[in-house]
Amino acid sequence: MEKTVTGTAHGHGHTHEHTHEELGFWRKYVFSLDHKVIGVQYAITGLLFLLFGFCLMMLMRFQLAYPGHPIPVIGNWFGADKAPGGIMLPEFYNQLGAMHGTIMVFMGVVPLAVGGFGNFVTPLQIGAPDMAFPKLNMMSYWVYFLGGVTMLASFFVPAGAAQSGWTSYPPLSDIATMGQTMWLFGMVFLITSSLLGSINFIVTIVQLRAKGLSYMRLPFFVWAQLVTSFLLLLAFPPLEAAGVLQLMDRLAGTSFFLPSGLMVSQKPLTVAGGGNPLLWQHLFWFLAHPEVYVLILPAMGIVSEIIANNTRKPLWGYRALIYAIIFLGFMSFIVWAHHMFMTGMGTTISAFFQVTTMIISIPSVVILTALLLSLWGASIRFTTPMLFALAFLPMFGIGGLTGLPLGLAPSDIHLHDTYYVIGHFHYVVAPGTIFALFAGLYYWFPKATGRKMNELLGKIHFWGSFICINCVFMPMFIQGLGGMNRRMYDGGMQYAHNAGLLKWNLMIGFAAWGLGLFQIPFIINFFASIKWGALVDRNPWEATTLEWSAPSPPGHGNFLTEPIVYRGAYEYSVPGAAKDFTPQFEPEHA
Amino acid sequence: MEIPYTVEQRPDTGLANGKLGIWLFLASEVMLFGALFSTYILLRVGAIEWPHGELSVKLGAINTVILICSSVTMVVAWAKLKLNDFAKGRLYVIVTVVLAAVFLVNKYFEYAEHFAKGEGPWHSTFFAIYFTLTGLHGLHIVGGIVVMLYLAGPGAGLWKRNPEQYTNRVEYTGLYWHFVDLVWIFLFPVLYLL
Repeated sequence: MEKTVTGTAHGHGHTHEHTHEELGFWRKYVFSLDHKVIGVQYAITGLLFLLFGFCLMMLMRFQLAYPGHPIPVIGNWFGADKAPGGIMLPEFYNQLGAMHGTIMVFMGVVPLAVGGFGNFVTPLQIGAPDMAFPKLNMMSYWVYFLGGVTMLASFFVPAGAAQSGWTSYPPLSDIATMGQTMWLFGMVFLITSSLLGSINFIVTIVQLRAKGLSYMRLPFFVWAQLVTSFLLLLAFPPLEAAGVLQLMDRLAGTSFFLPSGLMVSQKPLTVAGGGNPLLWQHLFWFLAHPEVYVLILPAMGIVSEIIANNTRKPLWGYRALIYAIIFLGFMSFIVWAHHMFMTGMGTTISAFFQVTTMIISIPSVVILTALLLSLWGASIRFTTPMLFALAFLPMFGIGGLTGLPLGLAPSDIHLHDTYYVIGHFHYVVAPGTIFALFAGLYYWFPKATGRKMNELLGKIHFWGSFICINCVFMPMFIQGLGGMNRRMYDGGMQYAHNAGLLKWNLMIGFAAWGLGLFQIPFIINFFASIKWGALVDRNPWEATTLEWSAPSPPGHGNFLTEPIVYRGAYEYSVPGAAKDFTPQFEPEHA
Repeated sequence: MEIPYTVEQRPDTGLANGKLGIWLFLASEVMLFGALFSTYILLRVGAIEWPHGELSVKLGAINTVILICSSVTMVVAWAKLKLNDFAKGRLYVIVTVVLAAVFLVNKYFEYAEHFAKGEGPWHSTFFAIYFTLTGLHGLHIVGGIVVMLYLAGPGAGLWKRNPEQYTNRVEYTGLYWHFVDLVWIFLFPVLYLL
């Protein structure tokens, strides 16, 4: 093993001295055009935002666990306009809620899943030297960064950040304080970044596939990125339009979302009126439902790679997976109004969206079933990435199945706007997507750094997070079924039906803080492994896809020789083969 | 390191990277303007009464003719470059820029007249959607002008190094320009005539 490592390192150094010119620090690490560096930039920024968004949530859980108590230790940091005497004000609670959602979705998960993994892994898996438009790629990252800075800055403007929820429903958001304007500008940046990125991904996947890499030989991860990019490309512009309209309402005095005769604080609002608040909801959810699939599809892609690798078997139903994901992408455009059953759209429209919602659960079940069946009869390697990938399956399953009662209009009337909804979508996104992202980080870390992450710390991270995160979200189903409303500053103490449900907030609070503590082994592992992790050669996981034929870490231009693909993506345990994996890049033996 | 298919076509897709990229970009633009046109329909259907005859059909019609002409000059520019006539090609790009500028000047007079009468975007939902749609379209015109000025000015050096790539860039800009033209062809009847 040692011998191969040194051999690889030397070969790598020699070949690259000829091909790439030496760049200064700024061009190499900051304004880089290399998809791998941009991918790492996205991933690290996304991880930092995930941590920040999680900190906001830990503050909110303190308020819910101990309503009206001063926040210990850090309570005095927030100033008198947010938390006088360390006691959180309701306005501050609303800011934390709105920004938690926005940060986690648009600045954490999507940049990490699409910007990070998409950028780093996709060109390597298709055998391309880089993305199709490297300058556009760099620009996407910096526009995203600008959007992130705008969002963070909004905490410091008068009256603080946006507080109308991550959905920003008007008319409330139209008349909200300045933080909302910052939110809208931030969103325009984030949307633009995703649009540019999605064009780049589609062109890269269509145009830069290596010789022999037909569509039906693509790793499932690449398929997931391709479908995700189409969702971003076509669903984000309507939200951009909605953002522009809300900016016009706030800055140019228009009434797109303000109906006639609106009263604010017992006074009629002096606007022309004639607008329609539901218009925002339609435009918003036309994006935000496909956005749900933008969050989950890359996660499914990552999990598929890791499951195939660690079961040492081909994925069960590779073609079915691909057809399912294409169908899923298509259907995600015609389910958006299931978020709006309570708005009085009428029963006919509700019935339509209820039917499409039930239909879209079919491809999701196909994907989950195929991944589950892939485990059948396998001799599984229980590595850290595999543990996270395995946990994804039941967690996403719980999240998906609890979504069905929300997709049916009659049961949604009871469950709407309760903690049940929060439990549902967090099971999909937190122990679902974020676990898959952790799996991906542990899995591709050796490719990015040339070193493996520590298995023991990884397993502590996994088991601690797995137990804590279930203790956070499982009680929310109980609270929600009991009728406890979300978005309440004190959890809804004034309502009698909440009396027996509020006690769960204490447990959820401690589980959330415990979850925070269990991220420390990950943070230590991440940084320590960059320096001291075990050195690896090109293919430490004995995987079959193309990225493992490049050096670890790959130099500028990725591959030392032009990669050629000879077979499908998951040829594990081929009968009669010498070893239990036959890589895509290995020529046929005569 | 070279990115494949930046200039030449990939045999099995029949496309160069930039051409696929610009078409995808236009697809997203269709969704952007589609959302705004849907907004227009929803506001109009929900309105008790919708104003008619508020806009100058004459100025709008002149601008329609100007934009259609600019699309033609853009195609001619590309055709001249294909025939290896760089001087004429660049000249027609500049003619397109001039026509686009005339369009904006016309638009300025229209806007100024409405503002003078107090008919800003705050006046009614009709003017709100009018200013939003034409304003966003105007920004697209400005974007087109910037790109064309780059192609005719500092970006023209590419012709000497790689004439095919330069011609492609003009073609892609042309595709975008036709789209901007097409949006106006929808905007004109929807806002001025109906």
